[in-house]
Amino acid sequence: MFEKALVGSKKYYALVFFLASLFLIGLICFIYQMKVGLGITGMSRDVSWGFYIAQFTYLVGIAASGVMVVLPYYLHNYKEYARLVIFGEFMAIAAVIMCILFILVDIGQTHRVMNVALHPTPNSVMFYDMIVLCGYLMLNIICGWTALSAMYKGTKYPKWVKPFIYLSIPWAFSIHTVTAFLYAGMPDRHLWLTAVMAPRFLASAFCSGPALLLILLYIVKTFTKFDPGEKAIKALAKTITYALIANLFLFGCELFTAFYSGIPAHQHSLIYLFAGLEGHNKLVPWMWTAYACMVIAAILLVIPQVRNNLQLLPFLCLLVVIGTWIDKGMGLVIGGFIPNPLHEITEYMPTLPEVMISVGIWALGFLIVTVLYKMVISVMESRRLI
Amino acid sequence: MGNKKIKRRNFLKAAGFASLAGAWAAATAGFLSGQRVKAQAVKPTPNSLVAGRWALVIDTRICAEHPECRDCIEACHKWHNVPRFPDKQHEIKWIWKTHFHNAFPYQSHEYDNEDVKKREVIVLCNHCEHPPCVRVCPTQATFKREDGIVMMDMHRCIGCRFCMGACPYGARSFNWLDPRPYIKEPNMAYPTRMKGVVEKCIFCFDKLHEGKLPVCVRACKYGALTFGDLADPHSKVNELLRKHFNIRRKVNLGTGPSVFYII
Repeated sequence: MFEKALVGSKKYYALVFFLASLFLIGLICFIYQMKVGLGITGMSRDVSWGFYIAQFTYLVGIAASGVMVVLPYYLHNYKEYARLVIFGEFMAIAAVIMCILFILVDIGQTHRVMNVALHPTPNSVMFYDMIVLCGYLMLNIICGWTALSAMYKGTKYPKWVKPFIYLSIPWAFSIHTVTAFLYAGMPDRHLWLTAVMAPRFLASAFCSGPALLLILLYIVKTFTKFDPGEKAIKALAKTITYALIANLFLFGCELFTAFYSGIPAHQHSLIYLFAGLEGHNKLVPWMWTAYACMVIAAILLVIPQVRNNLQLLPFLCLLVVIGTWIDKGMGLVIGGFIPNPLHEITEYMPTLPEVMISVGIWALGFLIVTVLYKMVISVMESRRLI
Repeated sequence: MGNKKIKRRNFLKAAGFASLAGAWAAATAGFLSGQRVKAQAVKPTPNSLVAGRWALVIDTRICAEHPECRDCIEACHKWHNVPRFPDKQHEIKWIWKTHFHNAFPYQSHEYDNEDVKKREVIVLCNHCEHPPCVRVCPTQATFKREDGIVMMDMHRCIGCRFCMGACPYGARSFNWLDPRPYIKEPNMAYPTRMKGVVEKCIFCFDKLHEGKLPVCVRACKYGALTFGDLADPHSKVNELLRKHFNIRRKVNLGTGPSVFYII
């Protein structure tokens, strides 16, 4: 089947070449980082996790969100998603690979990463994170690949895959729950030390992931004969709407607890993010942009006439993706470190090489999506399914 | 018979898997039988200082009498090859002075007396009874010894910095760059670190092993630092704690610090 990825139009080759070059630029920056150390990033003693871990966190959500098409199709037999499932699974594969790479570039001693497996430590959440991420990658490769092979051969997927498909559903929830627990179990980091951290992670994942999937499907639709179908798009838009509102609601719960209780330590990070603290306000414009995007998208998505407008929908999805990305990929991780445990303020901004390494990983992710989606489309074409 | 024949495709598949399995088995076997440097537990000598739970008592009243004094900090950083980076972003510190309200953010308030408001206190790793850093470390590179010292294995640390997020005292530093060029006069008796690992105060476990008190304690010429066994009711530290009002940092978190401050 892989041969389908090797032949394509000029536009396809151009895209592959473009993404591969971005990846190479990232790789060069990474080699530089390996030589000099993580000191080339904007991170510091006080903000000890930055852009990389934030991207990781966001992408675990994207990976988990594949379940939003898998679940209705396999558990509720929602036929409209039949052709979407494989796209969801393949997006999840790319997302998990990006997650793993973001971890690899973030750790100080990259070649020692297998110490996590050599010295298994069940009291560390990171131990479970390794298990759930690798497991989820395997599950999606198994489910996605067999589905594609079945389509290639013109058969139904083999029976033995069913248990893996069912397992992948709770597994998707587990990856983002465990990722939330990385944060939610740290004493005295008040932005993270909250019981709604995992629900919030899931809510933001289940709006941002399907929104990104819809954008990707719109791109696929523009350049190929594939059409996800009006009903499927509208159903996915509903999922995005509910999850986005849940995400905003849970954020509101955080605000209530912090400000009605009046406990200063609970408020500091939130004040830093949205108003600035003691004159430090680098993230303020970002956070207001994030929440403006999400609130506007939520209001518009709730209105049926707007949500069902298929020309407008991709732009609303873009608002959701931008909003959730800033919120989770910048604010949440960095905000948790400010102020530091001694209530001093050190701000953070990613450096150019740091951003380029991240862009490189994102490019590789899009490259994986491009190649996998190309295979799906080619198989569909050869089978005259589109 | 025809369908029992091994098809070329299936044969290739099986052969591929077999070679993968073989490679894995060979690697594992090599790893298990090969020569590895094995970590060994430190066995105390007759001279070694031993304790049920090591603790440090800091008399901040004495420190307050000498606001310019940095002896303990300088001695510690010099002995342990702690580098001095020009850029605060890459800073590494094991023990340092900070304001009372930074060390005790939940205990200070606007009506503190003038003396306490101005007072600078020494902060370092608290060698907690229930250390969050140890809880989160995915490789056991940071671990708690039986005598309460929270240790760092800088050869195992992968540099994930989970411990830095989990420590509620900001006691941990990361080697963002190669520290060696930034050590003015390297101390050959103590190892330097490499880039990409986390480090912190280790209560001078090596000095205790030799039968000496920690470097900071010996460096203090005013007797502000007292080091001893918290598990021994007759120890000097327990005597001080019984006699004087003392506090620990962020006790509400349940970490159980082993560093005490006489106010």
